[in-house]
Amino acid sequence: MAVTFSKWKTPIKEQDPEVRRSNFKEVCLGYSIDEGMKEAERCLQCKTKPCIAGCPVAIDIPGFIKCIRDGDMAGAAEVMYKYTNLPAVCGRVCPQETQCEELCTVGKMPGFEPVAIGKLERLVADWKYTQEKADAEKAQSASKGKVAVVGSGPSGLTVAGDLAKKGYKVTIFEALHAAGGVLIYGIPEFRLPKNIVKMEIEAMQDLGVKIECNAVVGKNITMQEILEDFDACYIAVGAGAPHFQGVPGTTLNGVYSASEYLTRINLMHGYEFPEYDTPSKKSKKVVVIGGGNVAMDAARSAKRLGADEVTIVYRRSLKELPARIEEYHHAVEEGIIFNWLSNPTEYVNNGEGQLCGVKCIRMELGEPDASGRRRPVPIEGSEFFIEADCAIEAIGQGSNKVLLSTFPEMKLNKWGYIEADPKTGATSVPGVYAGGDIVTGAATVILAMGAGKDAAEAIDKYITEKKSK
Amino acid sequence: MFKIVSKQKIAPKEFDIWVEAERIAKHAKAGQFVVLRVDDNGERIPLTIADYDKEKGLIRLIFQVVGKTTAAMSCLNVGDSIRDISGPLGTPSEIEKFGTVLMVGGGVGIAALYPIIKELKLAGNKVITILGGRTSDLVIMKEECAKYSDELIITTDDGSEGMKGVVTEAMKMVVERGDKVDRCWCIGPSIMMKFGTKAAKELGLPIIVSLNPLMVDGTGMCGCCRVTVDEKIFFACVDGPEFDGHKVNWDEFMSRLRQYKDEEKISMDKFEAEVGEPSWQ
Ligand SMILES: Cc1cc2nc3c(=O)[nH]c(=O)nc-3n(C[C@H](O)[C@H](O)[C@H](O)COP(=O)(O)OP(=O)(O)OC[C@H]3O[C@@H](n4cnc5c(N)ncnc54)[C@H](O)[C@@H]3O)c2cc1C
Ligand SMILES: Cc1cc2nc3c(=O)[nH]c(=O)nc-3n(C[C@H](O)[C@H](O)[C@H](O)COP(=O)(O)OP(=O)(O)OC[C@H]3O[C@@H](n4cnc5c(N)ncnc54)[C@H](O)[C@@H]3O)c2cc1C
Ligand code: SF4
Ligand code: SF4
Ligand code: FES
Repeated sequence: MAVTFSKWKTPIKEQDPEVRRSNFKEVCLGYSIDEGMKEAERCLQCKTKPCIAGCPVAIDIPGFIKCIRDGDMAGAAEVMYKYTNLPAVCGRVCPQETQCEELCTVGKMPGFEPVAIGKLERLVADWKYTQEKADAEKAQSASKGKVAVVGSGPSGLTVAGDLAKKGYKVTIFEALHAAGGVLIYGIPEFRLPKNIVKMEIEAMQDLGVKIECNAVVGKNITMQEILEDFDACYIAVGAGAPHFQGVPGTTLNGVYSASEYLTRINLMHGYEFPEYDTPSKKSKKVVVIGGGNVAMDAARSAKRLGADEVTIVYRRSLKELPARIEEYHHAVEEGIIFNWLSNPTEYVNNGEGQLCGVKCIRMELGEPDASGRRRPVPIEGSEFFIEADCAIEAIGQGSNKVLLSTFPEMKLNKWGYIEADPKTGATSVPGVYAGGDIVTGAATVILAMGAGKDAAEAIDKYITEKKSK
Repeated sequence: MFKIVSKQKIAPKEFDIWVEAERIAKHAKAGQFVVLRVDDNGERIPLTIADYDKEKGLIRLIFQVVGKTTAAMSCLNVGDSIRDISGPLGTPSEIEKFGTVLMVGGGVGIAALYPIIKELKLAGNKVITILGGRTSDLVIMKEECAKYSDELIITTDDGSEGMKGVVTEAMKMVVERGDKVDRCWCIGPSIMMKFGTKAAKELGLPIIVSLNPLMVDGTGMCGCCRVTVDEKIFFACVDGPEFDGHKVNWDEFMSRLRQYKDEEKISMDKFEAEVGEPSWQ
């Protein structure tokens, strides 16, 4: 068969690196409908649909791409929203290269790039928001039961949206003053504009979902109260508690957890200080420790706040880098320096309680550890010093104890995460389900959503059975 | 939105407000705090829950104007609302019958001390309270503290009321005259807590302090509030705010409070330029 389409994905417009490194506007500008239709032509409409197996919420990928190809955006949206409530988010932040796009038949052909599934998904979602809201989708007079959701991240939003569609009255309790979880306080504007998240959340509210902010479950509402008032509860409090490596100097001024650094910038709009009251320090030389999406986000944010030099210190090598590959490329284009195979050993005090540099040590990769990745070990005598007035640790987060410490009935695993059935989200407490990062540990948006989808089915079944007794 | 139902100026630059916050009032305990945001562009700041009325669903906040957020709050009147309030946060004070407790407070820290005094008294303790300030006007909540104290001692730097001197001298006086103190609390400006702790050490008293580091979320998710206690890192918003004073690394704590001095000034200058005549003086 003669191949008549391009080997490469249809190019997508991006802000120039020279320009974007000093603003917080979105880097990727998205496809136009014409570009999208052209990219959609590259999809072979495989009978076996291998790509779907790579998507944790099993979106009918060839289905919506066919609609785009035919210029039927409304049709594409209809297909897509059957499977996901947050396509504008997923199209932007899913690690597509290891999910749907990894299994794409086109990408399997030597020298060919897979179909740009994520970018097409985003196109459809963004198109939908330019359309008038159809008021047909009015909230039904929910009557099947009442469900409480704790946490408004992607997992909580998904379970809420699905249950509302099924006819339940859903209330989400959120500890912070704004809904969205990591989507709102962690992932920066230049990757995921906050108005996109807000629109997806508003769409959820149109379905009848009620969101109560400033509601810290375990503090101003107890699990006891929730279990009395609701037929079932879904816990999706995420894994937000930052870890510190604990090297000397961790409490110096100028040393941050990535959570604090990014929360100040994103949730609190620190980059718009003093228009907004919360300050973000403008540093000159920044060292970021870690190699995940969080580290990339912190480093690229520091650059945008005006840092002259931003260095990522990662204890393994590029091959093991857990960040999305697109983010790594963007970081390189923006001038972020990568210091592979190194680890900090001390944050150095300038004598006045302020950081003046980071002592590091070189690492080499030894035997594979429990995760199957080769374990980094320090090379003796290889210490070196990086001058810095800001250091940001992005080495992972753990489970947040605010709710769990007040709910001893809940069974946890040895890492402090909730033990839940991987298929249904059922926990050790009847009627209480859980999913997302609080079950898996820090993972991805789409896995958190997948857990929410499965739990919505299980909760529906649980309440229906309970009520029929 | 959280409506202000009463407002009083209780000292120069210090205000006392009651706010509608039913859920928080219902669950509040002595020693806990809230994190609030005045408006949509506002910073999240922590304030102690100085009192609560579970029946009416109200909480009481007492604050001193020190920067932009507290200045903006002082401009709100009865009927106005605070955008967001979340709480009660932090671990409540340990309330039990210890015997004799010595309660030391200074500045706006007295607002944090008061609910603990009250609960300790109701738990059957003998309560000796020492309140200190630069001058008589700055010693707040005297009558209320007196109501739940077996003895109230006031100290002022200028001698305008009570003992002339600082609170640590009154602490020594109480011990030296023969009172057997089982536990001591000290809440006030960090420098006062540092010296209160030093005095307690010399007098051989166990002492609890309430740390007030900078915070963002107040729920353990950012680590901004980390403090070193007993050589280990704790998050004051969830592990505290109360800690064993003898184990606190005071110099580090005080240095971390100064982190954003330059930015705080920019913020306050901008606010003063916009608002003009300060109503908070
Ligand atoms: C900086 C950063 C970048 C990331 N980048 C990517 C990416 O590019 N792609 C990707 O797929 N994934 C990414 N991730 C991971 C992804 O964001 C998470 O896996 C996902 O958000 C988990 O969703 P969740 O719903 O389980 O929890 P969260 O999003 O963490 O939401 C939990 C919510 O629960 C609230 N909560 C906590 N305790 C309570 C309580 N007691 N009461 C009420 N509410 C409570 C929290 O305030 C929060 O809003 C990133 C994460 C971070 C931090
Ligand atoms: C658990 C806790 C309970 C608190 N309870 C009260 C209370 O009941 N009443 C009250 O008036 N204040 C209390 N504080 C302090 C209060 O949070 C700060 O005064 C407030 O954040 C200042 O905000 P601002 O924008 O007005 O001033 P900023 O512009 O942020 O700061 C102005 C000045 O105040 C100092 N400052 C800032 N934050 C703090 C802080 N956390 N503690 C001490 N000094 C600070 C700064 O160093 C600076 O010099 C409490 C703090 C904590 C952590
Ligand atoms: S949700 Fe994520 S995995 Fe699924 S199709 Fe979209 S980009 Fe691919
Ligand atoms: S695998 Fe690729 S080419 Fe095949 S249907 Fe899916 S997206 Fe289209
Ligand atoms: S204020 Fe964020 S962890 Fe304590």
